[in-house]
Amino acid sequence: MLSLRGLSYRYPAGPALVFPDFEAPAGARVLLSGPSGSGKSTLIALCAGLLAPQQGALRVAGQDLSAMTAAQRDAWRGATLGVVPQRLHLSAGLTVLDNLAMSFVSVGMPVDRSRLEMLLGELDIGALAGRRPHQLSVGQAQRVALARALVRQPTMLLVDEPTANLDDEAIAAVLQLLERTARHVNATLLIATHDARVAQSLPEAKLLRLTRPTAEVVA
Amino acid sequence: MSLAGLAWRFLWARPLVAALNLALLSLGVAAMVFLLVVGAQVERSLQRDLTGIDLVVGAKGSPLQLILAGVFHLDVPTGNVPLAAVQTLRGNPMVAQVIPLALGDSLRGYRIVGTTPDYLALYAGQLEQGRSWVAPLEAVVGQQVARELGLQPGQRFAGSHGLGRDGESHGSVPYTVVGRLARCDCVLDRLVLTGVESVWAVHEHHEAEDVQDQKALRDEREVTLMLLKYRSPLAAVTVPRWVNAQDGLQSAAPALESARLFRMVGVGVDVLRGFAMLLIGVGAVSVFVALLHAVRDREPDLAMIRMLGAPPRRLAALIMLEALWLSALGTALGLALGHGLAQVLGWTLARDRSLTVVGLYWTPGELWCIVAVVALAMAAAALPARRAIRLDVTRLLQTPR
Repeated sequence: MLSLRGLSYRYPAGPALVFPDFEAPAGARVLLSGPSGSGKSTLIALCAGLLAPQQGALRVAGQDLSAMTAAQRDAWRGATLGVVPQRLHLSAGLTVLDNLAMSFVSVGMPVDRSRLEMLLGELDIGALAGRRPHQLSVGQAQRVALARALVRQPTMLLVDEPTANLDDEAIAAVLQLLERTARHVNATLLIATHDARVAQSLPEAKLLRLTRPTAEVVA
Repeated sequence: MSLAGLAWRFLWARPLVAALNLALLSLGVAAMVFLLVVGAQVERSLQRDLTGIDLVVGAKGSPLQLILAGVFHLDVPTGNVPLAAVQTLRGNPMVAQVIPLALGDSLRGYRIVGTTPDYLALYAGQLEQGRSWVAPLEAVVGQQVARELGLQPGQRFAGSHGLGRDGESHGSVPYTVVGRLARCDCVLDRLVLTGVESVWAVHEHHEAEDVQDQKALRDEREVTLMLLKYRSPLAAVTVPRWVNAQDGLQSAAPALESARLFRMVGVGVDVLRGFAMLLIGVGAVSVFVALLHAVRDREPDLAMIRMLGAPPRRLAALIMLEALWLSALGTALGLALGHGLAQVLGWTLARDRSLTVVGLYWTPGELWCIVAVVALAMAAAALPARRAIRLDVTRLLQTPR
C-alpha cells in the first residue's frame, strides 16, 4: 500500500514540494505523473527511503517512513522494495547473473542461486546469464533490471519511466511484463511516467498527478 | 558471491589498471623482501663465521682481504707467512689459541684448507660420517662439498693448484676422504679440511725436483693465515701492534673489518631499500588514484547497490575490500618473487662456491612489510571510501550511463 498525508519536502534554497494526499491499497497499480520539476523523482526517493520526509506522513508497504532512521530505511528498502530506474544501471563489469546476485550481496545475504535461475527462466532470459550488459538488447536489459528488482520478492515495485525511447509495440510488451510480474508476486506497482500511452495501457491504475510548485519567497 | 567476491569482480573489471597496480606493489614488496631475506642470511652467515676469532694474521696487504680470505674464504689471500710466526704467536702469553690455515689448492672450486682440529672445534663442526683426519693426505669434506661432488669416506680425489677451477691437478698426490661433516650453516660446509702437513706434502712433491729441493722446502715451510683467540681483552691493544711491527706480517680485527664491510655494503643496501620503499609508495599512490577513478566511474553502480538496500558503510567496505585484494595479491606476488629471486641468487652463489643463501628463509621484517603494504593500501582507499559513503543516490540514478 501507499499513503501520503500532508507530505512535503524542501531542498536547500528551493521551493517546497507539496504532494497531494493519496491512498492506494496493497497490490494496486499507481501511475505517478507530472511535469518536470513537479517532484516525481523526489517522491520516488522518498518512497524508496533515500530521503527522509520532512513534513507529513508517508506510509509505504505498511511502514511509516517518517518514523524510521536512515539505517532502518536502508534495511527496509532492501527487504521490501524493488526498483527499476529509468537508466536501468546494470553494472557493466558484471554478468547478468552477477548483476542479479548483487541484490543479495548488497544486504549481506547469501546468494540464492535457485531463486535467480527461477527468475531468469520466468522472465525468459535464462540464456543471457553469462552475458555482460553491453551484449544485451534494450528489451533484454529491461528484463534483467526487472529481474534484479524482483529477486528479493518485494512488496512494492518502483519503476521510473519504463517506456522512455521505446516504440508502441515495445511499450505494450514492457507494461504487460510489469503488470504480470507485479501480480505474480502480489506487489504494489508504482510507475513514474509522463507518457500518456502508459495510462491508456493500464486503465485500472490509480493516478497520482503532481504539479509544479508555485514560486515563493524564501526568507 | 559475497561482498569480497563483488570487490574482486569490480577489481578485474579494469584488468589493465589492476595489473599495473599489482605490478607496482609486488615489485616494491619483492625488492624489500629480497633485501630482507638475503641481508639476514648473509649477515647471519658472516657473524657465525666470525664467532670466536679475535684476530686474523697473514702476509702484508689489505686487512679486509685477510678477513675475506681467511674467515669467509671468499677472496684470495695476501700471501704466506713463515711457520716460525705461528710458533712465536703460540708462545705469546696474551694469545690463547692460534689456528694456522694453509691455503692454495682447491677441489672443483671448493677450497682445500690445511689446518688443525682446533678449526673444526671453532665452529663446533660435527662429523656425520667417518672420522677426522689423522695422517697427511687424509681429508674431511664439508656438507655442501660432499653433496655437490658426491664424496663419501673411502673415496679419493686430487686437488688442483690455485683457488680457481682450472688449476693444474695434483693427480700424483691424491687425498683420501676419511670423514664427512654434518651441516653447520657456516663456512665449514663449503671447505675440504685436512692437516697442514698435507698441503706441505702436496706442494713439496709438486715443486721439488730432488731430495735436496724437498729438504730446502721443508726448511721454508709456511702457512697462509692464522686465526687468533686472545687470552685477555688487553691483548686487543698489544697483539695487533706487535704483529704489524713484524716484517711481512699484517693483522686484521674481524670486528673492525666486518663493521667496515657492512658499512660499505650498507650504503648500497640502503639505496636499494629506499628504491623498494619508493616503489611501494608509488604503488600506494597508484592504488589511491585507481580507486578514486573507480569510485567516480562506478558511482551509478554504487548508487544501485545503495538502492538495493546496502547501507553507506557497506559501500565503504566494498572499496576497502578492493584495496585489500590489491594489497593481498601484491604482497603474495611480491613475497613469491622476492623469495624466488633470493633462491636464484643462492644458486648463483653456490655455483661460485660462495655464501649459502636459500629462498625458503623467513624474517620478521617481512611481516612488517606485509602490514605496511596493507596499511598503505587501506589508507589509499580511505578517501575513495569516504566519497562512496557520501554518494547522492537520487541524482546518480537519474544520470544517464
